Amino acid sequence: MVAALEQVFRLEWGRILATLIGFLGDFDLAEEAAQEAFAIAAERWPRDGVPSSPRAWLITTARNRATDRIRRDRTFAARSGLLADAGGAMSSEADMIATTFPDERLELIFTCCHPALALEAQVALTLRSLGGLTTTQIARAFLVPESTMAQRLVRAKRKIKAGKIPFRVPPPHLLRERLNAVLAVVYLIFNEGYGGRNELASEAIRLGRALAELLPDEPEVHGLLALMLLSDSRRDARFRDGELVLLADQDRSQWNAEQIAEGRVELDRAHVLSGRGPYVLQGAIASLHAETPCDWAQLATLYGALARLTGSPVVALNHAIAVAETEGPEAALRIVDQLALDDFRYLHSTRAELLRRLGRSNEANLAYRRAMELTEDGAERRFLERRLAELAAGDSG
Amino acid sequence: MKYIMLIYQGAALERQRALPEAEQKQVYADYQAINQTPGVTPGLPMGLPDNATTVRVEGGKALTTDGPFVGMKEAVGGWFILEADDLDKAIEVAARVPAARYGGAVEIRPSEVYW
Repeated sequence: MVAALEQVFRLEWGRILATLIGFLGDFDLAEEAAQEAFAIAAERWPRDGVPSSPRAWLITTARNRATDRIRRDRTFAARSGLLADAGGAMSSEADMIATTFPDERLELIFTCCHPALALEAQVALTLRSLGGLTTTQIARAFLVPESTMAQRLVRAKRKIKAGKIPFRVPPPHLLRERLNAVLAVVYLIFNEGYGGRNELASEAIRLGRALAELLPDEPEVHGLLALMLLSDSRRDARFRDGELVLLADQDRSQWNAEQIAEGRVELDRAHVLSGRGPYVLQGAIASLHAETPCDWAQLATLYGALARLTGSPVVALNHAIAVAETEGPEAALRIVDQLALDDFRYLHSTRAELLRRLGRSNEANLAYRRAMELTEDGAERRFLERRLAELAAGDSG
Repeated sequence: MKYIMLIYQGAALERQRALPEAEQKQVYADYQAINQTPGVTPGLPMGLPDNATTVRVEGGKALTTDGPFVGMKEAVGGWFILEADDLDKAIEVAARVPAARYGGAVEIRPSEVYW
């Protein structure tokens, strides 16, 4: 029974809260009411059995509690002469008779990710409101004290109310920009989890699935979900004895085939919708990386498109690596030498590798040394040292 | 909801002075259009922060200093009141203020009832 309620909580919290906020127009009131409803369920369901529609039961219970409270407050306010106009109470009570509850999770997520809120507040509020994570859980996941996180959530909710951040799906002229903000928040949550805090990665995927369900015609939403699923499919293979394992060295039997399949379905959906945005491209790249042998030509095309789209020199460097496999080291070197990434060690290690292949040992030697100057990490540094030694041996022999 | 819209000039005045005449005229026209936007109550045009006098009271005595409370660049340059449905509407109006695109900014402050 406790397990059943917990499952309902995991699955339905976001939707229940969204409906309540839409109805009550207040985050705190809605949150309190929802919590109260779950507490009542914990008491009654074991005795009376799980209702046929747990979500409707919880929403109705929460709404009744909230309206009772509003009515009590109004009576008090009216008695003490604080309330001039009590007319509002009647109309909101009349609204309550409606029996179907709209799904307002989209309104909720767009409100949580409103650009007037700081990014860290957007992230926290999204996890709290849509995901139902507790303040303690969010604080732990982001390695900040619980009081800091609590304060962050309180401030964000206060600003939504005081500044009147609208609870709605943005109108068409704002949708593209605001959706990008939502996707950025979800991807940020995913990346926080990618370093090993798995519950955040799973939460991001859950949010991604909800978005894909609610915005089925937005290719970037499917692209992001595909990217997250395909990256997450390698979760178990990415670490061995606490050490990072590079893609080429991973044990492929540890990859999650189900997630790869689901990711590819999402990617197909994005392609059908003619998606060419950054998430769709990154999803397609992640999908190619899950294939053997690697289709370098296709990878070069995708990295090239992504580099043009984002203007990111790091992406352009990846493009060059793929170009080296298809057109040879000379073509790749032409790309690498145009990049303004002098402090980036992978630029120099890539250059060194290309120069070595071209037989330009002296230049390769210098590039390896420059890469080593920029590398502190033990395993990577040892790798570069080995390369340098091989280069020297090749020259003398 | 009433919002108090605070205009910060930052580098805007300097940059606007360097504009060709036609663009300078556009800046004036844009401010005029803001003042005529439904929901807007224009504020009085503010003089430069150079001429500000700042008053503090210590031990019951008024102490004055020359200049604004904050730095010259951080000083408020103008204001207006906007009555709008929500923050998105206020952001739309703020984005039309010329100072915001010439290196200054607009701060949107919701009004509050304290008493």
